[in-house]
Amino acid sequence: MNDAAVHDDHHDHDHKPTGIGRWLFSTNHKDIGTMYLVFSLFMFFVGGAMALVIRAELFQPGMQFVDPQFFNSMTTVHALVMIFGALMPAGVGLANWMIPIMIGAPDMAMPRMNNMSFWILPFAFTLLLSTFFMPGGAPAGGWTMYPPLVLQLGDGFPFLIFAVHFLGISSIMGAINIIATVFNMRAPGMTFMRLPLFVWTWIITAFLLIASMPVLAGAVTMLLTDKFFGTAFFDAAGGGDPLLFQHVFWFFGHPEVYILVLPSFGIISQIIPTFARKPLFGYASMVYATASIAFLSFFVWAHHMFAVGMPLTGELFFMYATMAIAVPTGVKIFNWTATMWKGSMTFETPMLFSIGVLFMFSIGGFSGLMMGITPVDFQYHDTYFIVAHFHYVIVPGIIYGVIAGVYYWLPKWTGVMYDEKLGKLHFWLSTISVNVLFFPMHFIGLAGMPRRIPDYSTQFADWNAIISIGGFVFGLSQLILVWVVIKCARGDGEKATDQVWESAHGLEFTLPSPPPFHSFTTPPVVTDATAHS
Amino acid sequence: MAKDPTRTAKKLALFAVAMFGFGFALVPIYEVVCEATGIGGRTGVISQSEAEADQVDAERLVTVEFDTNVDSALPWAFKAAEFNMKVHPGEMAEAVFVVENRSDKPVIGKAVPSVAPPIASKFFDKTECFCFTEQRLEAGERKEMIVRFVVGSQLPEDILIMTLSYRFFQVPDNADVAISDTKAVKTKI
Amino acid sequence: MSVDKLKRTVLGLIAVSLFFVSGVVLAEYPLNLTEGVTPTSQKVYDLHMTIFYIVTVIGIAVFAVMTWSIFHHRKSKGAVPAQFHHSTFAEITWTIIPILILVGMAIPATKTLVFMEQTGDAEMTLKVTGYQWKWKYDYLDEDISFFSSLAAADNEARQLNSGIDPSTIENYLKNVDNPIVLPVDTKIRILTTAADVIHSWWVPDLGWKRDAIPGYINDNWTYIEEPGVYRGKCTELCGKDHGFMPIVVHAVSKEDYVTWVAEKKAEQAAASSGKDMTMAELMEKGKTVYGTNCAACHMPNGEGGAAFPALAGSAIATGDVANHVDIVVNGSKNNPMMQAFGQQLNDADLAAVITYERNAWGNDTGDMVQPSDVKAARK
Repeated sequence: MNDAAVHDDHHDHDHKPTGIGRWLFSTNHKDIGTMYLVFSLFMFFVGGAMALVIRAELFQPGMQFVDPQFFNSMTTVHALVMIFGALMPAGVGLANWMIPIMIGAPDMAMPRMNNMSFWILPFAFTLLLSTFFMPGGAPAGGWTMYPPLVLQLGDGFPFLIFAVHFLGISSIMGAINIIATVFNMRAPGMTFMRLPLFVWTWIITAFLLIASMPVLAGAVTMLLTDKFFGTAFFDAAGGGDPLLFQHVFWFFGHPEVYILVLPSFGIISQIIPTFARKPLFGYASMVYATASIAFLSFFVWAHHMFAVGMPLTGELFFMYATMAIAVPTGVKIFNWTATMWKGSMTFETPMLFSIGVLFMFSIGGFSGLMMGITPVDFQYHDTYFIVAHFHYVIVPGIIYGVIAGVYYWLPKWTGVMYDEKLGKLHFWLSTISVNVLFFPMHFIGLAGMPRRIPDYSTQFADWNAIISIGGFVFGLSQLILVWVVIKCARGDGEKATDQVWESAHGLEFTLPSPPPFHSFTTPPVVTDATAHS
Repeated sequence: MAKDPTRTAKKLALFAVAMFGFGFALVPIYEVVCEATGIGGRTGVISQSEAEADQVDAERLVTVEFDTNVDSALPWAFKAAEFNMKVHPGEMAEAVFVVENRSDKPVIGKAVPSVAPPIASKFFDKTECFCFTEQRLEAGERKEMIVRFVVGSQLPEDILIMTLSYRFFQVPDNADVAISDTKAVKTKI
Repeated sequence: MSVDKLKRTVLGLIAVSLFFVSGVVLAEYPLNLTEGVTPTSQKVYDLHMTIFYIVTVIGIAVFAVMTWSIFHHRKSKGAVPAQFHHSTFAEITWTIIPILILVGMAIPATKTLVFMEQTGDAEMTLKVTGYQWKWKYDYLDEDISFFSSLAAADNEARQLNSGIDPSTIENYLKNVDNPIVLPVDTKIRILTTAADVIHSWWVPDLGWKRDAIPGYINDNWTYIEEPGVYRGKCTELCGKDHGFMPIVVHAVSKEDYVTWVAEKKAEQAAASSGKDMTMAELMEKGKTVYGTNCAACHMPNGEGGAAFPALAGSAIATGDVANHVDIVVNGSKNNPMMQAFGQQLNDADLAAVITYERNAWGNDTGDMVQPSDVKAARK
């Protein structure tokens, strides 16, 4: 993908720098978007490799490959890498690439800050991953970093905390940039209610980021001072409270879930109308539903901690609030279904992945609803049932959305169509294996297998073997995506038209494929007719 | 373009800084919420006169259990003289705890209480407790300590049994005065 | 992968499909929540199934509409796109109906929750304390107290490349040295707390789990209706050996419980009486105590591991007896990883394990440590 833009030298106004400096000092939203996406893909494989270590160890009962401490490091760092290294940068990368050209802006509002927010990421992950080589090893107390356990980490502890700080700063800068761009740089006529839904979901995501990431930064700062400066925020001995951390963490942590998932909702809201050849159903209610999901996400955090022992009123409040989120989420699912209804659908790879999101995110939603019911959550909590739930939400929900977006816009970015046969193969291999991987986790969770354990009772052996096979097939299937992307980046494929897809709408499809280095130097004028699909 | 992205960005940055502060503000907010709802099993402190003002509900009897724990770093033995007692809601009661320093040097400890079920802690008030201050025991010293408490008469009818639990932690020696001072600022009672 | 494994894997895939078609449950493929043995677990199971059926019906309905649309409204079938993009009626309908369904789910959920939270009066209280990585149980009414760790055989098998096939151990990783014994048909209050980090105590058959948090006391209750053996696990990540601190509950009749209490009290009195033991007694007990408490770090053969010193031939285990006793009872001053076992084990267990360490694996010092020596070394 890196040399994608090299092919568009035919535009006179494209004065772009060359060599390594082009990337190091880039202030161009497309180059920075590309770097985010490549980084995200790389981290997806780093985190994936850790997941495969986990699945290899769990393939059979007994301990074969790693010791329990390293196993815990694998689960912990897998989560941190996937959330902060793969999912969030993927979302920000797509936003960087697409938002300016979707709203008719020449670039992002703060190009230099954009550069910085990207380059913090590799730095932060170097800090985080270097802990593997330190006495005491990498973080092994879970990505949730609950004290007092996290305080037992060795020399890696301050590195973990500062890595989280830097990741937070990076994403806050990204979020500020996105809001500043959308609020100030829309083309004439691009009113808020004409914004493409991807842009809408990103505005809401960006506000969630700015509201929640600093709270996480505060929480980990308190961990740091507890460990090194004698404060006792979370230390019962000093009058503190270990549960306070969990409350503060999940005050961030629950909105974080929506930070990850909303952009994916936005992407499939762009894709489904294109391939159904029909406008998005209920645009306004989609916007309101997204906003209410985001709003509600600040009032449900304690559903992650039902088992800590809360007064009845607290348990009831958080149960009802959690159930309430099902309503706007349902509205979105129904709207997408209604968009497909009586359409004229074709099933190119982006559409396949979007339909995958519809079906499998719904499965994650159903198990989420089950877990929102407090009395039964006492049984589900911290078992493989929750592992199944959030992986259904994250993998076929969020990652599928991102992959759908990549297939959808890849011809726009590179100017050549991707290999449809490979794309379909990628989809079907992924979809079969992802279900073999995650569906049986519901069963072993219900039957009593706790999460985060390196070894298990023999009754779970057969399911775990099946799950591991699913995991390896899924992991290897993702190499197809790399191959597809490389082929497009090298210009190996059919030339894409400006519109790319027969029924694609939106400003991004009025630009050439690939778009010029500086998009929309003269702002386009948007009317109702040319607004969102 | 008339609009100014830098202004928007500055406002948003301020918002982010405010949210960072809010993260810390959650600490006192949490204390208040815990006080009001009973999350955390914290007990309240009232004066003698307040305690006497409560109506005694002679109709009901509530069992109060006393649970004792010692942190592994602290070489102390710590037990309630009686494991449980029955009290009328609204009535002043007194429980005796015995603590013994089994080491050959003086040690300072501090007790942290917790009440279960959490909702009961809202109605559990003390007028006097060894947990209000740090306790210093000389080598081999054995000491009786008391807690004077009231289980409020407003206690919900369905609570018939509750547990008052203490855990004694070691307070670091003089060498770490700075640390113990900071820790003493926030005292959970 | 062996042919056998492959066969079982294929069978597993078939089992998944069978589950959907006919709900056949194969014994080797555990699928669902247990109904458990308490009124709570039964209510929770019923609620779980109710919610499961509701979401299944919703799921089938929604997926059916999507699937219908995918098959019928496709371009290759000549479908012409409609251009509607809005319907206030439809949108209000699919907002209201889910709300009604959710209210329908919230009512039984609230009832069950209220039931679970009402402890009322209890006949006895069991206190559970989580330690890294074992449980301590205190029968508060009886003054009985003991630690419960993963059984020695399981502990040996679960070591990295132990060479022991886990399937040769019944209930692998769900066996302990000292199980909890509880009477049936008795309302029991269970308090949970922890000594170091957060743990979580879960026996699925009792119908709930509760975190054990340092500085907190949590309460819950149970009422076991059927005698039997019920097994559970720690479910909150608590460090290296989080996966290896199981829970075993023996539910027995009220009469048997009374007998057990008497026996346990006698056993505890004997252990703290300081009565001398023979070398054979010490070595036999010591091997068990070592297996459950020491082998995780120092390894079953006393060779130690990367971060943990070997005991076989070590200066401490073959040198001054008093120093050895002091380190085991009060912890090591040089190595914070070596905990003080004085609080966790009784005099007899400590005497036995120290004797074992001094005479096993070719240490052969011939030293005997008696419970009275340990008592004297306690600070």
